[in-house]
Amino acid sequence: MTEIPEHLRKRAEEARAKAAAAKAEDAAPAAEADAPASEAESKIPAHLLERAKAARSKAAGGDAAAAGGSEVTPAAGGGTAVAPAAPPVAAGPGGHTQRLLTVVKSGSIQDVKAAPQDKVHVWPHLLSVEFVAALACLAFVFIFSIFVNAPLLELADINKTPNPSKAPWYFLGLQELLALFHPMVAGVLLPGIGLGGLMIAPYIDKNPSAKPEDRKFAVALFTIFLMSCAVLTMIGSFFRGPGQLFVFPWTAGLFFEL
Amino acid sequence: MAKTMQNKGPSKVSELIDKTQSSQAWNSIFRPGSIFRKGYTDSPRNRSYVIMNSVLYHLHPVKVKRHAVKVSYTLCLGGLSFFLFILLTVTGIFLMFFYRPTAAQAWNDIYHLQTSVTFGLLVRNMHRWSAHLMVLSVFLHMARVFYHGAYTPPREFNWVIGVVLLLLTLLLSFTGYLLPWDQLALWAVTVGTNMMGYTPVFGNQVRFVLLGGSEIGTDTLLRWYVLHVLMLPFVIVIFMAIHFWRVRKDGGISGPL
Repeated sequence: MTEIPEHLRKRAEEARAKAAAAKAEDAAPAAEADAPASEAESKIPAHLLERAKAARSKAAGGDAAAAGGSEVTPAAGGGTAVAPAAPPVAAGPGGHTQRLLTVVKSGSIQDVKAAPQDKVHVWPHLLSVEFVAALACLAFVFIFSIFVNAPLLELADINKTPNPSKAPWYFLGLQELLALFHPMVAGVLLPGIGLGGLMIAPYIDKNPSAKPEDRKFAVALFTIFLMSCAVLTMIGSFFRGPGQLFVFPWTAGLFFEL
Repeated sequence: MAKTMQNKGPSKVSELIDKTQSSQAWNSIFRPGSIFRKGYTDSPRNRSYVIMNSVLYHLHPVKVKRHAVKVSYTLCLGGLSFFLFILLTVTGIFLMFFYRPTAAQAWNDIYHLQTSVTFGLLVRNMHRWSAHLMVLSVFLHMARVFYHGAYTPPREFNWVIGVVLLLLTLLLSFTGYLLPWDQLALWAVTVGTNMMGYTPVFGNQVRFVLLGGSEIGTDTLLRWYVLHVLMLPFVIVIFMAIHFWRVRKDGGISGPL
């Protein structure tokens, strides 16, 4: 299934060899040699040491079987997990009670996303930018509002039609279309198609690439759309005078209110 | 803050600060890990906490892709649209205190607001100019997103929501256009609603519903006022919430190219 990494395999082999050597000399002096050494240096309470000693001598009987088992299992480290033959009596080479059964590589269970992304903290990197942008925007609106007043013409009078009558500037492109098409086409059909087209654009554009050089057609089409909106709006705003007739703003003056 | 305080009265002030910051009230206001609980020193962990333990976590993740903070990529257009919406809400609430949506009172209220209310003219100007600016910034935001090809899967639906938001922005601006009830408002709206009246089959019904009658009058004013200050903001906030949520769920902002 999976390969064991080189360094882990080496480490396991070394440990196995050391364990075999240790077992040979360990067999005889087991209990007595151990006790004085550990008592001298450790602060383990006496009663715990007693208990450990008792457990060790009790396990001595089953030790032979366990030894046989632990000889076999590390060999199975090739990938399959084998249940230990005996209960986990004080086992491993360095007194370890755990043992490497298998190594599962990260990709085999979890789908780990490949390359880590280059990320930055939102605070301070993004929040500060947003804060400055908001402040600049606020300052612009504030200062502009100090110097330029919003229009307030005379009271609305249904009997006094101004000439020309214009829609708000963002509808002036549509109003301009009225001069070219039947009202139903200009007022409803074309804007409907425009909005609908915008909404389904991502479902039509199947191009997987986002690079401008790979999507020349889409970019061209959208630029035409933007430009025609802009041109129509500007004609409607600045080049239409009384009676919706075409005028030049530098000769006839502006007929435009925001 | 604690440092500057200490110069004046070292023990008493710091004691008071300690007491305040360990009080139940203080700890009930600020979440565990909040920088207002234990102060801020610059560390990666605290940078994360600033977001994680504040309401900003609803809007921003702890980290974003490096290119996402470049102004040259987004031009801040989406964020500025949102900021302008907030600015419009604040100034709009101010204007509501001085405005009654009836044909008899509307124009006079605006005139009164401009001439005898403190900052009335300024706030009205700000409301009007930010409204125009918002239409522009939403439109430019759409263009920016298109040119970056940012609507490719999985972001298709968020683009659709964005188009709805553009439409709602236009409607908000258009409904607000009538409210001053001056010649400009009346006739701009007449032209606009006449266009919508050309809807095939039920054009007249559409126009009747929009105007609240067969021609523009005080009923139209009330209708558009309610749309402008209540219904459309309510709807657009819902769509904005979905829009922002999808930005994060679809893997943050798009790119880099």
